[in-house]
Amino acid sequence: MRADPLNVQIERLLQELTPQVLGSVVRRFRDFAAAEDAVQEAALAAAGQWSRDGLPENPRAWLTQVAFRRMVDQIRSDAARRLRESEAALEAAYQKEWAALDTAAQEDDTLALLFMCCHPSLTPASAIALTLRAVGGLTTAEIAHAFLVPEATMAQRISRAKQNIKNSGIPFEMPTAEERVPRLRSVLHTLYLIFNEGYTSSNGPDLRRGDLSYEAMRLTRMAHHLQAEDAEVAGLYALMLLTDARRPARTGPEGELIPLTQQDRTLWNRGQIAEGIALLSEALPRGSVGPYQLQAAIAAVHDEAASADETDWPQILALYDMLRRMSDNPMVRLNHAIAAAMVHGPNKGLELLDTLQTDVRLTNHHRLDAARAHLLERAGNHQAAIIHYRAAAGKTANLPERNYLLTQAARLSSEQRPSNG
Amino acid sequence: MKYMLLMSRTKAEFEAFTQWPEEVLQAHIAFVQACAQELTEEGVFVAAEGLAFPAEAKIVRAGTNGEPITDGVFPESKEFLAGYWIVDVESPEEAYKIAARASAAPAPASMQGGFPIEVRQIMSGPPEDPL
Repeated sequence: MRADPLNVQIERLLQELTPQVLGSVVRRFRDFAAAEDAVQEAALAAAGQWSRDGLPENPRAWLTQVAFRRMVDQIRSDAARRLRESEAALEAAYQKEWAALDTAAQEDDTLALLFMCCHPSLTPASAIALTLRAVGGLTTAEIAHAFLVPEATMAQRISRAKQNIKNSGIPFEMPTAEERVPRLRSVLHTLYLIFNEGYTSSNGPDLRRGDLSYEAMRLTRMAHHLQAEDAEVAGLYALMLLTDARRPARTGPEGELIPLTQQDRTLWNRGQIAEGIALLSEALPRGSVGPYQLQAAIAAVHDEAASADETDWPQILALYDMLRRMSDNPMVRLNHAIAAAMVHGPNKGLELLDTLQTDVRLTNHHRLDAARAHLLERAGNHQAAIIHYRAAAGKTANLPERNYLLTQAARLSSEQRPSNG
Repeated sequence: MKYMLLMSRTKAEFEAFTQWPEEVLQAHIAFVQACAQELTEEGVFVAAEGLAFPAEAKIVRAGTNGEPITDGVFPESKEFLAGYWIVDVESPEEAYKIAARASAAPAPASMQGGFPIEVRQIMSGPPEDPL
């Protein structure tokens, strides 16, 4: 498709509309897998016809109608299946359905879709692929490209996830009041993983369609819009805004990693920081402080410091203390130890890291060695720091990070050796 | 997380391969082809390639002016890459299971016991999960 303004408009419109239309079709036919196929076919047909003939008067109605017709065709072509409703009845149902489509119903459907795609019984990889496709409106090719796998592989991953939903009888409806908290946690976790995947793997400062961080932020903003009263959804969106604000400064021209303390803070996106802080300030006083709000608060303290030296470490330490009491996550305890070192000196941090040494979840994790190396360097024990920088480099699976760790080890080694000239 | 599953052979093993009985050879080829198809259906396939026999393999180094200096004499004991798979899975254990499947490719009775497969993680930033 040519990249003229009409096609760009069509692409954006389809991305926005397909999840809404999918919601209506699933609600009507109760068959997610078939509905998903029908909506994808309708979107393909729309891309072709709209690009040729221009936009229809009501694009959503157009898409809904075509998707409904595909469902009817599919039911009709399925000889083994008893036609439960006549075509005329379906047509009437369709007319009624889209005439009755009000915004509130659309929003409920989109949220129900999100809950369905992030169901805890799906593996993270399945939930991620399905969410990007069904709620994010990305094409299989775009998702495959983002994860650097062939399109056929991603198509199968999505189709297996749909099959899983069917087999486990996951219903298309809003979770009950008692289910809501764990189900929402599962949704937030999926969105968080998508964001992190994009954030840790991309180099450039630009965000665009198809970029996983961009899609995660778009979906989380949507979830926040749909669940404005939930402080943790707001917390996650704030966390993404406050973290992503540093994107332009976190890598150098060759894609090398620049640690927080050495970043050029004038490159940080001030607008995004202000938006994140405003969102968080509104969410925090509402009472139910959760881990995403705390993480966002930590990111905000970093973002508010004019220089690394001016960072309010006692505040960060207090926040990690709260976070540590909330979850038994070794990564939180590791970050807590680093914050403690910034407040009480490197030896205090090393002492806390020692208590993590026996945690099997951190065995072979490079972060423990990397943190120890940093603190040993600050404590003046360069010989030991070199050993741990190298050990961390040997364990990480992230190339820019390995380069960074090896560079630190090399820098300390060359300082130790007497200069040759 | 992506893993590369590497299958290496000595020169002697490559030569023995050319003399496998037809039915074992056919079964082996069919197995390798089916493997890629199965991995795609499971949603984990990224890439797979087989490499040409090492008879024409060359070691290349840059000479003083950067021009290639080739060397084709290898010790008999050296192992050569025969082929690889790249899979995108959720855990190292899942990669090991796939490697074990690949290791069980049909082979003559004298070679039973599984081909060794080296499993290596590909450098890519896996999401850190602080929560």
